[in-house]
Amino acid sequence: MAQKTALHACHLAAGAKMVDFFGWDMPINYGSQIEEHHAVRRDTGMFDVSHMTIVDLTGSNTREFLRYLLANDVAKLTVPGKALYTGMLNEQGGVIDDLIVYFIQDGFFRLVVNSATREKDLAHITAEAKAFEVTVTERPEFAMIAVQGPNAKAKVATLLSAEQQAAVEGMKPFFGKQAGDLFIATTGYTGEDGYEIAMPEDQAADFWQKLLEAGVAPAGLGARDTLRLEAGMNLYGQDMDETVSPLAANMGWTIAWSPEERNFIGRAALTEQKAAGTDKLVGLVMEQKGVLRHGQRVVVDGGEGVITSGTFSPTLGYSIAMARVPANTGDTAEVDIRGKLVSVKVVKPAFVRMGKKVI
Amino acid sequence: MSSIPTELKYATSHEWVRNDGDGVFTVGITEHAQELLGDMVFVELPEVGDSVTQGDDCAVAESVKAASDIYAPLSGEIVEINEALADSPEQVNASPYTDGWMFKIKASDEAELEALLDAAGYKSSIDEA
Repeated sequence: MAQKTALHACHLAAGAKMVDFFGWDMPINYGSQIEEHHAVRRDTGMFDVSHMTIVDLTGSNTREFLRYLLANDVAKLTVPGKALYTGMLNEQGGVIDDLIVYFIQDGFFRLVVNSATREKDLAHITAEAKAFEVTVTERPEFAMIAVQGPNAKAKVATLLSAEQQAAVEGMKPFFGKQAGDLFIATTGYTGEDGYEIAMPEDQAADFWQKLLEAGVAPAGLGARDTLRLEAGMNLYGQDMDETVSPLAANMGWTIAWSPEERNFIGRAALTEQKAAGTDKLVGLVMEQKGVLRHGQRVVVDGGEGVITSGTFSPTLGYSIAMARVPANTGDTAEVDIRGKLVSVKVVKPAFVRMGKKVI
Repeated sequence: MSSIPTELKYATSHEWVRNDGDGVFTVGITEHAQELLGDMVFVELPEVGDSVTQGDDCAVAESVKAASDIYAPLSGEIVEINEALADSPEQVNASPYTDGWMFKIKASDEAELEALLDAAGYKSSIDEA
C-alpha cells in the first residue's frame, strides 16, 4: 500500500495523475507537465514535497558530527538559518545521498534528505551519530510545499501574518527560518526564486488551498524533473549514487577540502580519486528533433560515456541532457539514439536559471 | 475513462483507423495512448508515397516521457501526413481523434481491417492491460 501525503486529496481534487514514487502515491502531472513547467518559469507553481525526509540533529557535538559526516563543511554555517548543499559520502567516496543542511541554532541542525534513500540515510546517520552522542529525530509530522517561480514570494506573502512576513523579509538564498508554525526556506529545485515551506501536516491542505486561490498552479513530479534538469541540478539515483564520486557528478564545488585537518567520511578515497582523475558530468544540447534520454550511449573522441538524465526542455524548445563522459571530452559528442548517432553540443550542465537561457 | 469512438477501428498497439471512403484510411493514436505517453514534443511521420505493411513501425511519437513507435494498422501507401503536428505536436494530446491525426493510408488490402478491433474489443484490450 503506497504512502499518502497530507495533500493526497488535494491532488485528486486538482485532477492529478498519480504514480508510485518510491512507495509514495504522488502526482506526476495535473494534465500537462509542460504547462506546469511554464507556470513555474513564468509565474508560480507549487509542488508537494512532503515525501522528503526531514531529520533533526541535536546535541552539543552536532556541529563536529556534521563536519565528519558531510563532504561540505558546516563550519561555513555561522549565522542561524543558513543552509548548505552537500553530499553524504561512504568510505569509498561514493554518494550515499545529497542533502541540504540548515543551521538552526547552537546544538541543532536540520537535514532534508531524499525520500527514496530514507532508510539507508537514517541507518547511516544514526550509526555514525552514536560516537558523537547526537540525537537523530525524524520529523514525519511535517508536510512540505515548494512554491517556486518569479512571483512565488509575492504570492506566498499574501498568506503570511505580519510577523511571518517580517521574519522572511529580505531573506537571502539558502536560508531557513521558523516563522510561527511554518519553517520557510529560500531553497528549491527549479532554478527559480521561491520557498520550500514545512508545516504541521494538519495545516497543509488549507495552505495548499489558499495558494490555489492566490493563483499558484499545482505542478507534478514531471515538471519538477524538467525544471531541475534545465537548472542543472542532480537527481539522486540517476546522476549519481553510491558508486559515483562527487567529482564525477559535478559536485566538486560541494567538497570542502580545507581545512586539511578536517577528517570527513570518504575524504581519503576522494583524495585518491582527485589525484587519479575521474570522469566528468557535462551538459548536452541537441537542437534538432528528438529527445535525449537516460541511459543513451555517448560517443566522444577516444571514449564513451552515458546520459544520466535527458529530457525535452520546455523553456528552450529542444532536448538537453546531463552525461557522464571522459575528462578529456571536448565541445561536441555523438549520442546513440535508437541506433542512430546524432551530433550534440557539450556544455556546462546548467541550461536555464531565473527564466533565462544560460547556455 | 478515456473516450473510444464507436465508428473507428483499433489496433491493440493503440492506433485508431477511420474509413474515409475510396480505400483511404486516416490513422492516429487513441486518447488512452496519449494519456499514457503524456505531453507530446515531437511526432516523426512517414513520407507521402512510402509503402507500409500492416504492423510495420512507420512513425514515432516522442513525448516528455518516452519515444513510442506507431505501427501501420493497414498495408498500403501513405497518401497524406498531418503537417500541422510539426509545429503543434500537442494536438495529439488535445484532440487525438480529430486535429491530432497522423497520416492517411491508401489501403492495398481492405481485408486486413478484419484483424482490427471494434471499440468494445479495444476497450477490453486496455482494461486487461
